[in-house]
Amino acid sequence: MAVADIGVSETLVRKPRSLFEEAWIRLLRNRVAVISGVFIIVLTLVAIFADFLAPFDYAEQDLLLTNAVPEWMLRFMPAGAERYATISDKFPLGADHLGRDVLSRAMYGARVSLSFAVVASVVSLVVGTIYGMISGFVGGRVDNLMMRVVDFLYAFPFLIVVILMQTYFKALERRGGTSFIFDINDRMGGLFFLFIAIGLIDWIGMARIARGQVLQYKRMEFVEAARAVGASSTRIMGKHLFPNILGPLVVAESLNIPGYIFTEAFLSFIGLGVNAPTPSWGIMISEAVPGLRSYPNQVLVPAIALSLTTLAFNFLGDGLRDALDPRLKQ
Amino acid sequence: MGQYVIRRFLGFIPVLFTIALFTFVLMRAIPGGPFDSIGDKSLPPAVTANLEAKYHLDWPMWKQFLSYLVGDDILGEEGSSRGVIRGDLGPSLRYRSQSVNDIVATTFPTSAQLGLLSVILALLIGIPAGIIAALKQNTWLDYTATFGAVFFLSIPNLVLAPILIWIFALTFGWLPVAGWGAKPPFVLFFFPQLSVLLSWDYWARAIMPVFALGTAAAASIMRLTRASLLQVIREDYIRTARAKGLRERAVVVVHALKNSLIPVVTILGPLFAALVTGTFVVEQIFGINGMGKHFVQSVGNRDYGVITGVTLLFGVILVFANLLVDITYALLDPRIRFD
Repeated sequence: MAVADIGVSETLVRKPRSLFEEAWIRLLRNRVAVISGVFIIVLTLVAIFADFLAPFDYAEQDLLLTNAVPEWMLRFMPAGAERYATISDKFPLGADHLGRDVLSRAMYGARVSLSFAVVASVVSLVVGTIYGMISGFVGGRVDNLMMRVVDFLYAFPFLIVVILMQTYFKALERRGGTSFIFDINDRMGGLFFLFIAIGLIDWIGMARIARGQVLQYKRMEFVEAARAVGASSTRIMGKHLFPNILGPLVVAESLNIPGYIFTEAFLSFIGLGVNAPTPSWGIMISEAVPGLRSYPNQVLVPAIALSLTTLAFNFLGDGLRDALDPRLKQ
Repeated sequence: MGQYVIRRFLGFIPVLFTIALFTFVLMRAIPGGPFDSIGDKSLPPAVTANLEAKYHLDWPMWKQFLSYLVGDDILGEEGSSRGVIRGDLGPSLRYRSQSVNDIVATTFPTSAQLGLLSVILALLIGIPAGIIAALKQNTWLDYTATFGAVFFLSIPNLVLAPILIWIFALTFGWLPVAGWGAKPPFVLFFFPQLSVLLSWDYWARAIMPVFALGTAAAASIMRLTRASLLQVIREDYIRTARAKGLRERAVVVVHALKNSLIPVVTILGPLFAALVTGTFVVEQIFGINGMGKHFVQSVGNRDYGVITGVTLLFGVILVFANLLVDITYALLDPRIRFD
């Protein structure tokens, strides 16, 4: 009895934790999510510091060593590889058909995938949240009209629209232009137009979630109280509603990230992503598939990088959801 | 219900019209005409002008669009276009002996078979795996299935396809590397003939592409089935069924399963969209002469005629697939009413 009493009083004495702290602790207890998070952080660092970490530049060619295979890899190569392959230890994971270092290209490829994932999710989160919050908060005829627009866009096959827009942008690129936009796009290796294409369409799902959340909260007492003391609509939305709906939005968005990474890889694969010689895992795979029989390493390196990244984001997203809303966990 | 379907159909008209307009205008707005060059040589201006006149590229944009949409005879003009509304998707600018319709007619059956087999595979794996995981919740079976689902969801088909080829075709040599076993003529638009269906060659060629396309779908179906069954199994009517002394099997199969599969239907719409884009990748990697591969090639060739036509067709297919999903949803669950 006495022991139990002490236990109770101890827990009562403990400093109360905020919801956010609770969620953070729950997340840290999820081992798979933590490992995934660490992986993503490491990958991000690699992407940022690729200039220093990568052994070669992504576009640097060694035409004497095209399709080179390092000595240690021969064991994993198809039988007879030593007869047809150029063996050289210059490139740690081999070279591609143009004599470029596969490892370095994979490291730079993380830049494209991650920056696309970040930009796509930030754009969709910002635009979708603002749109959805206004629609839900104002209500009435405005809400009706705004949601009609969303419904209309929803009926469009999303990826096909992106493909069309990218086809158009690519053609513009080929012609070239004097506008500064082409300059920016060129410096980003073609990513800029990719951002525009995805940003224009991708916010609709988020807008629906944000609107639903606002509808749920806007009749609550704390909103009424804020209004009673004279807070403006903008202030109520920003200061009172937004912090309440942020959690579910972030979770929904984090579960979208693997999809963005897929989309980028897919578009690059069919030739509508970034421009050569900017490396993207999708481009690396599509370039290496014809030589799959002889040089599987050129496919496997970007393939593994891509899969591990999406796997990590999926696990982290699931972990975030479980941590922020334990009721959902089954 | 009938009213609902009609209203949805009417709702398609602006959507499809916008897709058509958007596609058409965007592709026409692309700088440089399709006849700027043949190979590396540029054409004499007179030839270009004649070709442009033949394809009505000298008309104003709105007239070109109308011609594409409703056909030349309705416009009262000379021309061969019968219009999209009568199923004429126009000429291919790259393969000038073929129309987009010819290309679709030869390539669509293959893609349809590939897609259909993948859906079947996804359902055959996803639903049982989801049921087992839910019934054996928090056992190693559940953990394996759940982990496996996340794993396969995370591997994009453009990774899975080459890895499958590398393992099963190149390393072990069990399956052919590429190609598709069925060729025209087809039964009922796209089914292969019975002798083909019974041949090992057809299935040997189908296994890898179908797996590459279907596993991610199977994984999402599994996750949804599991979650939905876990929810249903806690409902009161399940407790009632158990209290009546029904056998567990009867409770699950007769009472729980039917309701728990309803949410699974909703995922079929987005799943279908994913399958369509999946065929772009899978057909390309496996060298299958389907619509997806053609589409990807036409993007590379800048064959704007094929891009426009095939996009439009995909748009129509996806919009109708979504309607079909909604109708099935209503039929399965009498609690859902559309009005």
